[in-house]
Amino acid sequence: MSDVSLSAPARPFRAATTEAPWIKWALIALSVAFLALMVFAPLLAVFIEALQDGLWVALETLGERDARSAIWLTLTVAAIAVPLNAAFGLAAAWCIAKYDFRGKAFLITLIDLPFSVSPVVAGLCIVLTFGANSAIGGWLVDNGYPIVFALPGIVLATMFVTFPFVARELIPVMIEQGRADEEAALTLGATGWRTFRTVTLPNVKWALLYGVLLCNARAMGEFGAVAVVSGKIRGQTATMPLQIEMFYQEYLSVAAFTMAGLLAFLALVTLLLKTLLELRFADQIAATHRQH
Amino acid sequence: MRLLSSLLSALDRAILPAEVRDGPLPASARATCDQDDTVAAPWPVASDIGFVHSLHWFRMLSAGAALVVAGALAAPGLQAQTLLNVSYDPTREFYREFNEAFAAHWVALGNPEPTIETSHGGSGSQARAVIDGLGAHVVTLALASDIDAIARNSGKIPADWQARLPNNSSPYTSTIVFLVREGNPKGLTDWGDLVAEGVEVITPNPKTSGGARWNYLAAWAWAERNGQDPQAFVAALYRNVPVLDQGARGSTTTFVERGIGDVLLAWENEAYLALKELGEDQFDIVVPSVSVLAEPPVALVDGNIPDDATRALATAYLEFLYSPEGQALAFKHFYRAWDTSAADPADVARFPEVTRVSIADFGGWAKVQPEHFGDGGIFDQIYTAP
Repeated sequence: MSDVSLSAPARPFRAATTEAPWIKWALIALSVAFLALMVFAPLLAVFIEALQDGLWVALETLGERDARSAIWLTLTVAAIAVPLNAAFGLAAAWCIAKYDFRGKAFLITLIDLPFSVSPVVAGLCIVLTFGANSAIGGWLVDNGYPIVFALPGIVLATMFVTFPFVARELIPVMIEQGRADEEAALTLGATGWRTFRTVTLPNVKWALLYGVLLCNARAMGEFGAVAVVSGKIRGQTATMPLQIEMFYQEYLSVAAFTMAGLLAFLALVTLLLKTLLELRFADQIAATHRQH
Repeated sequence: MRLLSSLLSALDRAILPAEVRDGPLPASARATCDQDDTVAAPWPVASDIGFVHSLHWFRMLSAGAALVVAGALAAPGLQAQTLLNVSYDPTREFYREFNEAFAAHWVALGNPEPTIETSHGGSGSQARAVIDGLGAHVVTLALASDIDAIARNSGKIPADWQARLPNNSSPYTSTIVFLVREGNPKGLTDWGDLVAEGVEVITPNPKTSGGARWNYLAAWAWAERNGQDPQAFVAALYRNVPVLDQGARGSTTTFVERGIGDVLLAWENEAYLALKELGEDQFDIVVPSVSVLAEPPVALVDGNIPDDATRALATAYLEFLYSPEGQALAFKHFYRAWDTSAADPADVARFPEVTRVSIADFGGWAKVQPEHFGDGGIFDQIYTAP
């Protein structure tokens, strides 16, 4: 996001730095080498491992029952968790940015909590709260609605871990925009709902989309919290990251790395979408991001 | 996929202005999501219904609701005749093949095709998951003490479970062997060779790994039978251990892929599997004179059986493990089973004779666990000793 300012029109300038060119080039080379070593090489290794027996063999592994089910489960979980988190994040950001109340700082800290809590702890919290040995969980299991070791637990764990993404993206934007637009709309006789729909939402749509993309990337990739609540039933509660580990431990490296490649590919698509957004709407995004 | 793309298009209809909607971005977004169109939604999806534009928020919500319904339909428990087998790590390959054989057998008896699910993980953590509510119909774990833990903490298995099936409810057994580098360059043939100067031994931490406890006990049993002080011998052995991994697969990786150590103490079935998967020309298996009789037990989880049909299926599943066909598959996957009648003779012949000490000879897990591996137990004393 910060590189947006680099694309601003050049104006006549003095060299801002006084270092010799070789220092500049050395630093650039160092950064590129570091990136190549830490990011591109491992990513490349994943794709090379996946394609070692040819593209067709790799794609075939994705067609197997366990693999298909893992992909479908991951997409289902993301499709439930991301819209819910978008709605909750919007509500939380709205509440924090547009109202004054005691304990606001505390609420902001609370929203950040999933970033600082280890995912394993998050998973265990869900097991303790909704597992068969808890009061709620016991009742739900007895009535045929298991939470833990079933889809709802995986969705809950994913939502917990990815909750901050949308809210954190929105809060600074909404605080910066203030309440003036909404107040004007209300003065002109708009209802609260209409104000939200025609004033607030269009103002934050880029930030919201950003948050949703980040949230989605993390939701599909989450491992720790989901591993605790999944029960690891093949073809039932194994998400893509869990299935990758299973394949790897079963010496099925082509299947493991193909699925890892697919997950990386989905992440790259997310990044591409983000970049396209930036290219197409650089000015609007810059406006919403200038302040943070 | 279509659900997701309909949600996306509902989203962009809802929040993108009209002139943007048909721009390059949403098109590419749709293209990436529309690659697989084979999964059609069985119900009308919001974007297929011609709502007026002002209802776009409703569309978004209904698309979300459709997805929640899809999720609920995908949740487990709705299929007829499913069976969940919760097992431990090294049995994945065995049960994959066994499940197919059992399904065929069950269909041949005139039943509809069952869906058999499996879950694999560390034996202790799998037991923990069943206690926390994982709906296993049968458990097939590494140690009897793990199934005891389920019986004790959840009451879903009766305390006398181990007497319900033959051979202490263990349809197959295994033992601990040495995996050494090709040609056995250090000439390691028995436990006594492992304490020599300069030999590096790879074994996981007995505090966290079930297999590692067997490694430790096997060494202990050899020392007892060969006139050595077992505690001093085991202490000398662990002085030759450069790294203690958390679990058996971790140790295998340390030895095989990181190339550390001269000998890996491993489950016999894991050692053969590593040999098969990673190349017979790189490692050799050495069977010591004394080892352990590890009996990975199986049990029906009575508390998770919803009806008689499932009980019949689960009982037949466990009994099929003892059938000649099931036993032959266990041999094929490098377990020492009991009934050789249907097994490939080559699968049986690869196991050399070895004196095997059972946990009962040590006084049972209830005695061994606190005495050797508990807090301040013998392992703590020898491993922290200088």
